[in-house]
Amino acid sequence: MSSLSEFIIQSLAGGLRPLLAVGVSLAAAGGILLLGRRPNLRDALLLAAAAVKFALVASMVPDVLAGRVVETAPLLLTPTLALHLRADALGLAFAALSSALWVVTAVYSITYMRTLEYGHQTGYHAAFAVCLGATMGIAFAGNLLTFFVFYELLTVATYPLVVHRRTPEAVAAGRKYLVYTLGAGQVLLVAVLWTQHLAPGGGFTAGGFLGGAAGAVAGAPGDPAAGAAASLPALRVLFTLFVVGLGAKAAIMPLHGWLPTAMIAPTPVSALLHAVAVVKAGVFGILRVTGYVFGPEAVAGIDPGQVLAWVASLTMILASLRALAEDNLKRRLAYSTVGQLSYVVLGAALGAPAAFAGAVFHITAHALMKITLFFCAGAIYAATHKENVSEFDGLGRSMPVTVGAFGLGALGITGMPFIAGFVSKWTLGTGAAAAGRPGFIVPLLLSGVLSLGYLLPVVYRAYFGRAAGDGPDGDGRPEEGGLREAPAGLVVPLVLTALAAVALGLLPDLGLNLYELAATAARSVFGGGFGLAGGGP
Amino acid sequence: MTSHLPALIVLTPLVAALVVPVLAILARVLVRPVAVLSLAASLAASLASLQRVLAEGPWSYHFGGWAPPWGIEYVIDPLSGGMAVLVSFFALLAAFYAPAYLGVLAQLREGALGSLFLLLVAGLLGVVVTGDVFNLFVFLEISSLAVYALVAAGGNRATVAAFRYMLIGTVGASFYLLGIGYLYAATGTLNMADLAARLPAALETRVAAVGLALIAAGLGVKVALFPLHGWLPDAYSTAPAPVVAFAAAVQTKVAAYAFFRIFYFVVGPGGPVEPLLRLVGLAAAAGIVAGSLLALAQRDFWRMLAYSSVAQLGYVVLGLSLGTRLGLYGALLHILNHALMKGCLFMVAGAVRWRTGRQDIAALTGMARKMPLSMGALFVAAVSMIGLPPTGGFFSKWYLVLGSLEAGAWGYVVVIIVSSLLSAAYFFRVIEQVYLRRAPAPESEAGRKPEEEAGREPEAKAGREQEAGREQEAGREQEPEAATAARRRPWELPWPMLVPILLLGAGVVVAGLSSGFIIREVIQFAVPVEPF
Amino acid sequence: MAPDGLIGHLNYWAIALLFLLGLYGMTVLNNLVKKLMSMNIMQVSIIMFYLNLAQKAGGTFPVLLPGELHPEAAAYVNPLPHALMLTAIVVSLATTGVALALLMRIYRRYGTLEENDILRRMAGR
Repeated sequence: MSSLSEFIIQSLAGGLRPLLAVGVSLAAAGGILLLGRRPNLRDALLLAAAAVKFALVASMVPDVLAGRVVETAPLLLTPTLALHLRADALGLAFAALSSALWVVTAVYSITYMRTLEYGHQTGYHAAFAVCLGATMGIAFAGNLLTFFVFYELLTVATYPLVVHRRTPEAVAAGRKYLVYTLGAGQVLLVAVLWTQHLAPGGGFTAGGFLGGAAGAVAGAPGDPAAGAAASLPALRVLFTLFVVGLGAKAAIMPLHGWLPTAMIAPTPVSALLHAVAVVKAGVFGILRVTGYVFGPEAVAGIDPGQVLAWVASLTMILASLRALAEDNLKRRLAYSTVGQLSYVVLGAALGAPAAFAGAVFHITAHALMKITLFFCAGAIYAATHKENVSEFDGLGRSMPVTVGAFGLGALGITGMPFIAGFVSKWTLGTGAAAAGRPGFIVPLLLSGVLSLGYLLPVVYRAYFGRAAGDGPDGDGRPEEGGLREAPAGLVVPLVLTALAAVALGLLPDLGLNLYELAATAARSVFGGGFGLAGGGP
Repeated sequence: MTSHLPALIVLTPLVAALVVPVLAILARVLVRPVAVLSLAASLAASLASLQRVLAEGPWSYHFGGWAPPWGIEYVIDPLSGGMAVLVSFFALLAAFYAPAYLGVLAQLREGALGSLFLLLVAGLLGVVVTGDVFNLFVFLEISSLAVYALVAAGGNRATVAAFRYMLIGTVGASFYLLGIGYLYAATGTLNMADLAARLPAALETRVAAVGLALIAAGLGVKVALFPLHGWLPDAYSTAPAPVVAFAAAVQTKVAAYAFFRIFYFVVGPGGPVEPLLRLVGLAAAAGIVAGSLLALAQRDFWRMLAYSSVAQLGYVVLGLSLGTRLGLYGALLHILNHALMKGCLFMVAGAVRWRTGRQDIAALTGMARKMPLSMGALFVAAVSMIGLPPTGGFFSKWYLVLGSLEAGAWGYVVVIIVSSLLSAAYFFRVIEQVYLRRAPAPESEAGRKPEEEAGREPEAKAGREQEAGREQEAGREQEPEAATAARRRPWELPWPMLVPILLLGAGVVVAGLSSGFIIREVIQFAVPVEPF
Repeated sequence: MAPDGLIGHLNYWAIALLFLLGLYGMTVLNNLVKKLMSMNIMQVSIIMFYLNLAQKAGGTFPVLLPGELHPEAAAYVNPLPHALMLTAIVVSLATTGVALALLMRIYRRYGTLEENDILRRMAGR
């Protein structure tokens, strides 16, 4: 008996935590389905699961910062198959962020769905929980098989959320989503299997495990065991396959088409999944592949790596331009996401430690800011049923808190100092300079200016636009009837995330040490130290 | 007793098949217990044999005490033991499912149908355990004859389909018989082990080449290898659900097993084998693409599943033709996985046919509310058919693609990926129908009104009112129907139908998660040490 | 030993012809009973093939007489194919039986055994 409890304690202290973090969500999904008839209990379970998961993930941060890797023993081991969960700095940074935001989103989501009286709430919350479990799995995956398993699980689990409204538009959006993600998923599968074929049983290794790759590029003899069969053209094709496979979820242009369409889903879905989980899973995958499969040297040495940097830069600018033209707020934010996530891709492709660290931290920074913006969009919709920017005139007076938070988030996206987005962009920029390619700072700045162009008018209209109380809005409700904020369950989360964005802008290591985690990840990939402002090695 | 286990695997269902018609006259109540018990005994014998074989190595059983080259030999090795477990397990599931599904028909013809089914099972088990190529032919024909008759139990169209199936199947069997005649002429023996010893000397002759080509063609018909698959869609879309579920799950797989046994254990590499296998691989690849495309074109759910079977059997044969270790792992794993998922899908299709009398895809509209558990199983099985993790289908695809890469066959990689996408297209169409289309109102269900209500919702400006309203409306619609249904029939399905469906649905995931275990414990030992 | 070539293997050519005749009939004929008969012809050709394998010129029946080994043991006709074909005949008999039963049901339902008519009636239903 005592040995059993000891075992449990040891497991909790040791390697089982990544598995538990994944399992909590999946178990919660099952529980939610069973409790469908009792909504209050169901939602309580959801909140409890979110809290437990956050605690589990947060408990791993000190271990990883101390240089330990928390890992679960590989399961189902055969020569070619192993499911393996391990928490390293990169994975933990992603996991800590998404599990923290799940707590906030759970509150928001429950309130939102209840306020707007959506149907199918049980299935919704269950699918949401599965998505979060899959995201944890992606973050903690120790090899490509595990990564792919959870990546595809995420694809499937997101589908019911996209089609949640069951309207023809939603069904069409769901189809489009599946075409993009399943198609790209199969491309990714080929890439994964090819890698498996070249280097059987290879797990993610900081600095890359396609060892022969770096050798082939540098002309030096690589590790003969791994990647010996990989020629340079083969690596080029392989890298391209990876980028295409991951790029659809990461919404790199021209693979971004599904994201704006998927905005038909309820706002919390857009907020968490399209700002945090799904799209981030794609860019996270690109970071994993560049840093832990190929290694920065190999990426720098093959042409598709260079092409990727250019594609990312172009995506930033084109998506920002496209966002300018959108009237629907959520779609505008979706294009903004497309543009902002290319920062991460650019950071992965540049091949400098600071760029990599900036990219990792930008996942956090962008998540906080974008989730704030989406929360605001949802709160506005819940309170007024308005979703087009052109209808927002005068909202600043009735919903000052929401619009204020929106303003903070918008400023963060543009890269305003003292908000989290600035930190990541600054680090990324120094990385570009250190990589000897300062030219890539230009798209960073340009995209920042453009985002000012598409986000600030929202705030401006809300505060200074003429209220359309006597406009064509035929329901006869007075628009200037004082404060009409959304319910507290919607407003509190968005205030929290906005404040978090500011706090991380001032003190990047506050709380979960996310910046330090990003830097640790970059150090492990590049095998050297670097300073925040100092740039490259 | 335990020393006769290999014989018992086949003999228990065979004897039961003879007893059951008599019992149907003398003591009707005993028919079902006897049938189920005999299948359970067969499963137990298979499991015990497999366990012993895994511990102690291949087990040769000499029938009637005659030594192998003269007498008939049964051979249990990890491959045949595993197949025997698979066959007898599905037989048991189908035996549970069938009486509830067939209803009145089962009561009228319990003896005949039960006896035929037991014969089918005995035949398939015989194919699996025998160590003699002629004996294999006899068992193959026993199972085929039984299945022709069982298909015909599906009604008038099914009878025509069964007759055509019989013609094509007999041609296949004749090709096979002719083929082993050539091998016999070349070597003077029909025992597999003996053939394996003597054939290498004769492998370069034209006699062996023709014989092997004939065998490949004959078994190709039985596996429904493209373009010899013509019998399958008609037979599978008209026959009774338990028959189809069982046949789709294991019968074609047993033919694939025979193919594997003969080409890898009896013949081995050399001579005409490699070009022949390459040809078979190309046919399989063509079948994968053609089957998927044809499945996409179907409106009938059953025909869609049938064509998807053609494609999926192509996966199995493709893996067998690769000649690489991982490819063979993939093929054998897919035999198991496809049996689980297609068995599950056909049982769900049967359940829908049982409740609504319809078998088109449109009949699935809104079923998620009426049959949530079965539809959950359908969803899991469909995901597995597409090959998404963590279901079984993904892991067989994993090995098949790795095997293709090992063989340097990039074309096959493309084929497998394209087919996955096509199956995603046709299965998500079904899933949309099940989960996203609104169920037609009860009265319109009776009147077979096309269900496009969901498509004509007004624009969703105030989406929330609609959503809420629809919820309530759907709830109200549910009530009267549920009330009458409760009087008329059990919730969702009678449990003997529901349990196999759920078991298979869960099995799809369990098989996926334990695929490493299955390969390590069984499949690893079931493939030749040095394939090619 | 018989000479090779067309003449030497005349019996096998005849069997091949029979086999192809059966196959041709099964594919081309429209009447289901005729298809079935063609199938039987094909099956018989295979039986003939096996029996021809066993036969040898001047062969004798393989019966072991009491006493020492028969002086003509080398001339015995191979009994194994005969035994196999007994089984094959049983199989083909059973197949024919099942086929006839199916045909009776088809005839009872559709009133014809011409494939075209059956297909037309099935489509018309």
